[in-house]
Amino acid sequence: MVQFQQTRFDTSFSALSDATRRGVLERLAREDASISDLAETFQMTLTGMKKHIGVLEQAGLVTTEKVGRVRTCRLGISRLEEEAQWIDRYRQLWDARFSELDKIVEELKRRESSDERK
Amino acid sequence: MSESEVSGAAGSGSVVKRVSDLEIAVTRVFDAPARIVYEAWSNPELFARWWVPKSIGTTLRSCTMDVRVGGTYRLEFGTDAESTWAFFGTYTEVVPLSRMVWTNEEGENGAVSTVTFVEEGGKTLVTFSEAYPSKEALEANLGGMDAAPEQFAQLDDLLATLGAGRD
Repeated sequence: MVQFQQTRFDTSFSALSDATRRGVLERLAREDASISDLAETFQMTLTGMKKHIGVLEQAGLVTTEKVGRVRTCRLGISRLEEEAQWIDRYRQLWDARFSELDKIVEELKRRESSDERK
Repeated sequence: MSESEVSGAAGSGSVVKRVSDLEIAVTRVFDAPARIVYEAWSNPELFARWWVPKSIGTTLRSCTMDVRVGGTYRLEFGTDAESTWAFFGTYTEVVPLSRMVWTNEEGENGAVSTVTFVEEGGKTLVTFSEAYPSKEALEANLGGMDAAPEQFAQLDDLLATLGAGRD
């Protein structure tokens, strides 16, 4: 779980290392925008902006959705992805707890059966 | 979304189920009779040995549990006295060997936690569930462990980096 979060933070930090990408996030914090709006605001080509958005998407900082011919960008990962990740982390927590609990259960069983023999 | 079910990864055995918007549950079968599994949940010395696995990256400093209706529990975490924080609450139902219910009172919108033990053929099915007062509270919580201060610190750093881009 810790490992997973570390990777996630590393990806986020590297996505944030670029001034344009930080600017895009600030812009999206105010309102959703299409890739072409963003390309215009930051005075770059559509292709260049698509690359930046791709990096932000990979880091889970931005979600995009295509409606008709327009791809809209917004902050954050999608609800479904978020829920799946959340449930997975919850399960990892409990797997870790329960495998420790298994050890204790085994220990108590051994103790009980040795008490019976006495 | 009334119900979404995700089975545990192969071999792990824990099954997590989003019971409703307000409730999440995890189930697992243990190869022991209920009296043994119940003992591991209700004896503070034993409970302290498994509730905070190393992968969580924090240390349980102390654990007190008075397992009876109206009794309280308190778990203190952290590496030293300054960084200590605690989870605490009250047992509202205790049926030895079969069921415990307790409140989580360390923050607003705390869950009500229920654990049940069902024995069959020498094995015990454990179901642990958390019911929150709202969907948002459930999603914000992730079993409480997400509220660990270090993680807030990491998030703060991230937000500070983000804010620094504006000049």
